[in-house]
Amino acid sequence: MSSVITQWITGFVLLIIKLGIVLLALLLGAAYLVLAERKLLARMQIRIGPNRAGPFGLLQPIADLIKMMTKEDVIPRGADRVIFRYAPAVAASTAMLIFAVVPFGDSLTLWGNRIPLVITDLNVGLLAVLGLSSLGVYGVALGGWASNSKYSLLGAIRGVSQMISYELSLGLSLVPVVMMAGSFSLVDIVTAQTSTPFIFVQPVSFAIFFVSAMAEIKRIPFDLPEAENELIAGYHTEYSGLRFGLFFLGEYVTLVTLGALTAVFFLGGWHGPFFPGIIWLLIKIAVVAFGMIWVRGTLPRFRSDQLMDMGWKFLTPLALANIVVTGAALLMLTAK
Amino acid sequence: MIPYQTLFEGAYGLLTGFAMTLRHLFRRPITEPYPEFKRKLPERTRATIILTRDPDGDERCVACYLCSGVCPVNCISMQSAERSDGRRYAAWFRINFARCIYCGFCEEACPTLAIQLTPHFETCQRDSLKLLYEKEDLLVHHGGKNSDYNFYRHAGVAMVGDKGSHIGEEQPVDIRTLMP
Repeated sequence: MSSVITQWITGFVLLIIKLGIVLLALLLGAAYLVLAERKLLARMQIRIGPNRAGPFGLLQPIADLIKMMTKEDVIPRGADRVIFRYAPAVAASTAMLIFAVVPFGDSLTLWGNRIPLVITDLNVGLLAVLGLSSLGVYGVALGGWASNSKYSLLGAIRGVSQMISYELSLGLSLVPVVMMAGSFSLVDIVTAQTSTPFIFVQPVSFAIFFVSAMAEIKRIPFDLPEAENELIAGYHTEYSGLRFGLFFLGEYVTLVTLGALTAVFFLGGWHGPFFPGIIWLLIKIAVVAFGMIWVRGTLPRFRSDQLMDMGWKFLTPLALANIVVTGAALLMLTAK
Repeated sequence: MIPYQTLFEGAYGLLTGFAMTLRHLFRRPITEPYPEFKRKLPERTRATIILTRDPDGDERCVACYLCSGVCPVNCISMQSAERSDGRRYAAWFRINFARCIYCGFCEEACPTLAIQLTPHFETCQRDSLKLLYEKEDLLVHHGGKNSDYNFYRHAGVAMVGDKGSHIGEEQPVDIRTLMP
């Protein structure tokens, strides 16, 4: 009886510790990813990025944080006050919640207890991921609507239409991964890639996932909802100070999250020689983030009709065809 | 029926774009980091205004109001006064550098080459009231861009010698010698 309670308490404390570490690492990672993006983009444009705050600009995220916290909190007249306050929280929290199912490594064994290095090993982990990214659309929609401004509304409309179109191809591109791993749980998917990462077997799926992921986060070339030279700042025009900081952070947390998901689904998760699993996962996230920054520095922006064309008329049929081909190949390989 | 030509051209176009960005990543940035590296400005660069002195050490400004009259933003103001030996000077002379657009019209209008613009531009202040420069802030002790011009040797009240002693001036005519 008492051992059950002590087990429960130990499990709970471990969970809180894991949550704390993951949250801290995620927030720090997202903040420094902003700096890394600014410096990498600058170098691609043969200029130096931020280098005044601290050596190599390393204190720049802290300077930005202090700036955002000390700004005046403006709520526009006529804005829906309750929803205006909640929208950035929706955007940021759905992004962070996805990290609850990402595995960081093989289990640790401390003092005879086996601690799995994942916050929760849901056996429908992939569905939870897709569901949470769908909830993220609410952040955009509520933020744009509650601002009571033309630019915000237009940005929100474009954002919502873009995000729900690309969620379709995002989900469909993950179906072959599930078929090959035989399970929706992310831990099982990573375990199924012990010998070969899925990118070698499913290159088309990886390409569709990468493009759809970039459209989900609304990154360039898909950043019409927040296009700086067209919509001022799109759905987050009317936000200032820490609220804007939350939107901004939400976008970069989603970047890290989708990097982690790309690593889990296609790049072999935490597998890799020599280094412990968590280091390999961080390396893979860094590679995916670098890829997204590289794309940002190179490509111009899509028009909204080109964007919707590509999502519905190209990526979705391609993903469906990919599913058919994968299914056929699996049948042929397993039917002896 | 797959359009191979279009696909190839599209992919090639994308890849050359990405390759160029990657190549630029490893190039040295062309930024000149400002406080550590200051570029030398040309000598006729129009920045901070000074009031110069002539080669005899006296101030050149005669408070003729030509510079404040030509100034497009009305940032110069002064009050003229006359010294005991007949030479005009400015009792007070004020330039509002928060309004000045550094156009150089005042330098072109000045007949005595007193007001001049120099390449010194690092005059930033946090309080705009500190950008009001009085005569003692503007007056310098050298001749600026033209160090050997003295207005009163060419025109104006005869300071040195009598009437007719200016450079290039004809001697005054005694009208009684003009009689037929």
